[in-house]
Amino acid sequence: MTNEALQNLISTWIPELEFTEEKSQFLNITVPPEQLIPLMTQLKSNSETNFDYLFCLSGVDWGKELGVVYHLESTTHRHQLVVKVKTEDRENPTFDTVCNIWYTAEFHEREVFDFFGIQFTNHPNLKRLFMTEEWDGFPLRKDYVDEINMIIK
Amino acid sequence: MDTTPIINNFKSEEYQINMGPQHPATHGVLRLLLTIDGEIIKKVEPDLGYIHRSIEKMCERDSYQQIVHLTDRMDYLSSHINNEAVCLTVENALELEIPERVKVIRTIIAELTRIASHTLWWGVMGMDVGALTTYFYGFRDREMINDIFEETCGARLTMNYNIPGGLMFDIHPNFVKRTKEFIAHFKTKLPEYDLLLSNNIIFRKRMEGIGILTKEDAISFGASGPVGRASGYSCDVRKHHSYSAYDKVKFNEVLKTEGDTYSRYQVRVLEMWESLSIIEQLIDNIPEGDFFAKTNAVIKLPEGEFYQKVETARGELGVYIVSTGTKNPYRMKFRSPGFSNLSLLNHIAVGGKIGDLVATMATLDLVIPDIDR
Repeated sequence: MTNEALQNLISTWIPELEFTEEKSQFLNITVPPEQLIPLMTQLKSNSETNFDYLFCLSGVDWGKELGVVYHLESTTHRHQLVVKVKTEDRENPTFDTVCNIWYTAEFHEREVFDFFGIQFTNHPNLKRLFMTEEWDGFPLRKDYVDEINMIIK
Repeated sequence: MDTTPIINNFKSEEYQINMGPQHPATHGVLRLLLTIDGEIIKKVEPDLGYIHRSIEKMCERDSYQQIVHLTDRMDYLSSHINNEAVCLTVENALELEIPERVKVIRTIIAELTRIASHTLWWGVMGMDVGALTTYFYGFRDREMINDIFEETCGARLTMNYNIPGGLMFDIHPNFVKRTKEFIAHFKTKLPEYDLLLSNNIIFRKRMEGIGILTKEDAISFGASGPVGRASGYSCDVRKHHSYSAYDKVKFNEVLKTEGDTYSRYQVRVLEMWESLSIIEQLIDNIPEGDFFAKTNAVIKLPEGEFYQKVETARGELGVYIVSTGTKNPYRMKFRSPGFSNLSLLNHIAVGGKIGDLVATMATLDLVIPDIDR
């Protein structure tokens, strides 16, 4: 499916999605956190989209907002898509987990939790993956400061 | 005399043991927390982070030329391909026109890297299951490739031969000759691999039918590389998202359908033949011309998001850059093949024995720095 056809189809499911192709090689969808699971479930189960392969899941700190970026691909149709979800709540950022939809998300979400402090509700085993349990702060956040281990320009 | 069977006096109970962080079968500092009942595995929980260097955070303060050097240290057996991934991302973002010569040389060296990685894997995998000779066979053949790298790139393992825009320097005058010598040598040696191990009845009894991964699970777990292809999942990035000179060569994507440990083994051995064929098609046709395209001394990527995937020896490596238009990336993420392949270990090891876990893990071909980036 072309990006245009994807956009036409997906916008009929959930009205409040934002679509953009600017400054990216993929079609980008920004979804409100409460619509994340309905959208993702539909993206995978619908036979026309069939996004069965989550090839990258990254946390990003955009300064004001924290969020997660999902890179999706369909192994049958070979089209690709990016879904973004953002929140301005830096104290307690929380999204729903997608690890029931794609198993690979379990480890990737633990990594995002470890480095960005983003919580995933219903995650089966949400604890730090690389860092020790007692580590203070979340290193990949932009406001993280560690005077001993970081060179601050 | 009391004839009550002794077995009734023992209870079955679960307990936990550690495998690693220093264990020969984990190939690096990986700790697995095993929950076992007798010898049957109930749960495998990997404990990561022993050698985490936070490369993604370091990238945020480095220039794009510097970042290339950090990627060597992720999957050190595919160092050239990791470098290539970053360079391709930067080149695509800048919309640079790369000389054909660069593309062909990159592809040849990437395939040599793949053979070097697979021969090393073949050697240590044999050793994991108790065959010491394979180690010497594997390292003997890999040595020739390392010598070629040393002559052309100046290093044997972490080569740093790629720079954004092309190559660090042109190939050594001996490169073509020595690569051809290697192809001729390896074509006589690769059948020995099959004689020694692939058709060995002890080895096959050990490997067949364990650690089974279905195609659906392989996709859902994000398996890639030989691990995915052994389950019948066509996931070769070189085929589906062609880059460098892979669109100019003919090669088969090796697919197996069993999804067990032995088919993962077979995929890697057969892939070495395909790599040899790719090198043969290119080695006499290296185009003349420049070995780099000019870039600014300070590289600034335009504002936006860029993603590039490549096929390393272990599977799909993804590079995701968020740029705000400065000389450093705003956010850099590496989607490493080993990370996703490790996440499915619990799924395929449960119900098997500890000995099977060693064989299964050997065919996942984990490189720990690739997981602990």
